[in-house]
Amino acid sequence: MKHSDRHIEYTYDVAVVGAGHAGIEACLAAARLGLKTIVFTVSVDSIGLMPCNPNIGGTSKGHLVCELDALGGEMGKCIDRTFIQSKLLNRSKGPAVHSLRAQADKQAYIGEMRRTLENTPCLDIRQAEVTELMVEDGSVTGVRTASGAVYHAKRVVLCTGVYLNARCIYGEVSEYTGPNGLRAANGLTASLIANGIPVRRFKTGTPARVDRRSIDFSEMEEQKGDELIRPFSFSNEPEDIEREQVSCWLTYTNQETHGIIRDNIDRSPLFSGDIKGTGPRYCPSIEDKVMKFPDKERHQIFVEPEGLYTNEMYLSGMSSSLPEDVQEAMIRTMPGFHHAHIVRNAYAIEYDCIDATVLKPTLEFKEISGLYAAGQINGSSGYEEAAVQGFMAGVNAALSALGREEVVIDRSQGYIGVLIDDLVTKESLEPYRMMTSRAEYRLLLRQDNADLRLRKIGHDIGLVSDEEYERFLQKCSQIESEIGRMRTTIAGSNEHINDFLRRHGSSELPDSKGVSFAELIKRPELSYELLSEIDPDRPSLSWRVREQVNIEIKYEGYIRRQRQQVEQFRKMEGKKLPADMDYKSLKGLRLEAQQKLDRIRPENIGQASRISGVSPADISVLLIYLEQKRHG
Amino acid sequence: MTETIAAIATGLTESGIGIIRISGPESYDVIRRIFHTGSGKVPDLEESHRVHHGYIDVSRGTLDEVLMINMKGPRSYTGEDTIEIDCHGGVLMMKRILEAVLEAGARLAEPGEFTKRAFLNGRIDLSQAEAVADIITAKNDRAINASVAQLRGSISERIRRLREIILEDTAYIEAALDDPEHIELEGFSEKLEADVGDARREIERLIRSSESGRLIKEGINTVILGKPNAGKSSLLNALLREDRAIVTDIAGTTRDTLTESINLNGLSLNIADTAGIRDTEDVVERIGVERALKAAESADLIIYVVDGSVPLDDPDRQIIDWINASDKKCLVIINKNDLEQNISESELRDAIRQDMDMLSISAMKSEGIEELEKKIEDMFSRGDISFNDEVFISSERQKQSLILADRSLSNVEESIGAGLSEDFYTIDLMDAYTELGHILGESVDEDLVDEIFGKFCMGK
Repeated sequence: MKHSDRHIEYTYDVAVVGAGHAGIEACLAAARLGLKTIVFTVSVDSIGLMPCNPNIGGTSKGHLVCELDALGGEMGKCIDRTFIQSKLLNRSKGPAVHSLRAQADKQAYIGEMRRTLENTPCLDIRQAEVTELMVEDGSVTGVRTASGAVYHAKRVVLCTGVYLNARCIYGEVSEYTGPNGLRAANGLTASLIANGIPVRRFKTGTPARVDRRSIDFSEMEEQKGDELIRPFSFSNEPEDIEREQVSCWLTYTNQETHGIIRDNIDRSPLFSGDIKGTGPRYCPSIEDKVMKFPDKERHQIFVEPEGLYTNEMYLSGMSSSLPEDVQEAMIRTMPGFHHAHIVRNAYAIEYDCIDATVLKPTLEFKEISGLYAAGQINGSSGYEEAAVQGFMAGVNAALSALGREEVVIDRSQGYIGVLIDDLVTKESLEPYRMMTSRAEYRLLLRQDNADLRLRKIGHDIGLVSDEEYERFLQKCSQIESEIGRMRTTIAGSNEHINDFLRRHGSSELPDSKGVSFAELIKRPELSYELLSEIDPDRPSLSWRVREQVNIEIKYEGYIRRQRQQVEQFRKMEGKKLPADMDYKSLKGLRLEAQQKLDRIRPENIGQASRISGVSPADISVLLIYLEQKRHG
Repeated sequence: MTETIAAIATGLTESGIGIIRISGPESYDVIRRIFHTGSGKVPDLEESHRVHHGYIDVSRGTLDEVLMINMKGPRSYTGEDTIEIDCHGGVLMMKRILEAVLEAGARLAEPGEFTKRAFLNGRIDLSQAEAVADIITAKNDRAINASVAQLRGSISERIRRLREIILEDTAYIEAALDDPEHIELEGFSEKLEADVGDARREIERLIRSSESGRLIKEGINTVILGKPNAGKSSLLNALLREDRAIVTDIAGTTRDTLTESINLNGLSLNIADTAGIRDTEDVVERIGVERALKAAESADLIIYVVDGSVPLDDPDRQIIDWINASDKKCLVIINKNDLEQNISESELRDAIRQDMDMLSISAMKSEGIEELEKKIEDMFSRGDISFNDEVFISSERQKQSLILADRSLSNVEESIGAGLSEDFYTIDLMDAYTELGHILGESVDEDLVDEIFGKFCMGK
């Protein structure tokens, strides 16, 4: 690329490329830690853009947002300020899978995020396309923009989302732009490749948006928000964020819809082979669903408002890359949509991303020191997945620039750990989405206790204030002493207690034998809240404390079991493997294991054991090698 | 939390004395549960490195009179608290005592695990480290191969089916938890309860058959090679004398090849009837040598039958080439020595690999059969044919996996009974799935996620 000789030149500590959900958290974390930070975006108007679904959270993603908040991230606070409907999913299931999801007013969210960035000290926003990484002797030194401007930086965080060589496709139409017609970033891929980073192509998609005035809501089922809402952020109380909520709506596809899709399937770029990128299985297009599950008579479509001050409605479940005439015809077959007017077409989008196994668990590139990557460029999908990576990358870029030790959340500490470990350890063949089934210690990694798991780490990093932390410590001690009280307070076998038990369908206590309150809480039909009736000495405690006491006691057996597993896990994570280990000359390793280990270079035995193709026998060999080294 | 492990230390050969070794923090507790002195007392293990005389008792009665040695760590081979039981050396007795030890709380040792522990506890010289690593890999590979290969086809099919059901149910629950707005769990626990009940009954049947040794084919897998009319059927018939127990496979296990099992003083030979050796010779003609060679690939022992009355011809060359190219243990039989001989032993020795044992017999007249049996037994006790500990270990391991899988499923039933929600079930379901996978040598990896996306229509 030609550059003007008279270009502008600046120096920063940290440069963040991209201001989507990953970039936002990255630049805020770095700037808040006192580093001189700059964030680049192709359009300042698109900071915090939600180009797909109008909500934050959902199953397992809600966990990510709560964890991020506990660490000192921004997403939870922002959605608490801007949500227009809130719902706790899986309410009837165990506490481990309770997941918050909030519909966002997209414009309000964007506005809030932009205001937050604009008013953060140490942080500069710059509208420019970064086209080149500057790397010297294996270390990043800065970035160059399309205009030739040079920004020296000690650390660079890539949060390019779906913008690298982006192409949007529907039917025979194909446009080389990012989402919503925003300009793509076309220079950076070549720079990545030139620096030895292989690039691959993923694909995702979004459904059409329809004008609210053209929809007949009387033909659909109304979906209201929860009456009692809970905040994402541990800094908020329900009463702080209470507001009027709007409804979502439910409709269905039908045989006519499916017929139209089948008749036109040859016009889909997915089926014609025009789209080469790998798409996510968990978020299939409607044509995928119809072709893959031909027996299914109908598919649910949720109709969600994009905001309070727009008529656009998002058709969740209708993602597609069919031509626009087919899109219109199929949408108009659904109840409530017979006269639907499309505002924006559905489309598929292809983009360049990296295989995140080139990264360390800190999200720094193994081969280019000082360079970090986070979000969809790492092959993940979803706003929340992006945000937590952005946060960790931003934090680590800042910490390492400050000469402090970097932070890695492990699989036993949070979904964040599961997500990042999976990304950097396992080769993902499709955009990676968080799922609760991916977390092996799910009962411990609940959204309700995210602060208990991570607040201290957030405070140690320096992104949770002393005041917040003090409040948190107080909460911990309240939980502990109340659990203790429940274990030592005995319910005697008397008429008062037995009457209480009878009324709640619980068996009476045997004569003269009392049991602890904790034992009673464990009964499925009882809970800590219910016991207040027979517990006159109960102190006044916050809902968060009461919730923890109930869960910790009720599921004690399961929780203990998982804690034991975590101990085992920690042992293996504690056995560090040297970064310069010569796997290829290590006798006893099978060939496949040698190659995989050599490429991925796990940090420790635990991570090595999660690489597919590395067997327990290979792990024994590694353990023996480590022992040998320790003695030698 | 180090586990306590146990294994037969002497190898599964018929010998005078067998040693069962237990190592780990609970070894002393384990032995106290099953060992009693002559006066019926629990042994006093205060003093280390002492020999105790007594009996191994299980609920069914006394198993054997044994000598037991207790060694307090770190003064032991592994560096941990260790117990050694010296028992009578019968294969069956050693297995029974090992089973009693496992029942009393030890876990079956992985291949090379004693040595590994010895090394990790600094009891073995560093220069041996690489050798240890090699042993572990080699032994594990062989054990996994043995465990999967020895599994009767029908058994692996049944375990596979069990896993499918467990995975499908787990995936359904997980899909519903991940996408509660599209997938409904209402009423699913009844179906799950029924599935888990069925699975547990099936596992119980499998455990029973593992106890009667039918889960796997223990013994030396043997293939008889030879051109048509060399006398393979006569040899088989001669080996299958009437005074010997003949075990024929249970019908209905369609994926198995029919196998005859011959017991030589406690050593079993499984002779695969791959080329229909017992059928008429013209069937053999039809099937040809090719198929027999294919079966020979997975055999522990090859018996090559040469017709001594006719010169070596093309089918013989084909077999000899195959043998020379392989590293299989092989015994060469020159048959029909009652007829005029047209092949000499030296001629054969020139053609075939150097290390062959060779024997001249007449299968038809049952002459030389005893020598042949003796030869096979010798090969076994010399360790030329070594299959047995791995096969046995894998069978014991498979049983342990079945028991653990059953335990996990029983946890699921308990959780359902206690009215817990579905997300609690899947933890134990996946544990059961993983255990059953060990039997087949299959890992879990992305199975669940693949199943969720493959079977259920998810999301947005």
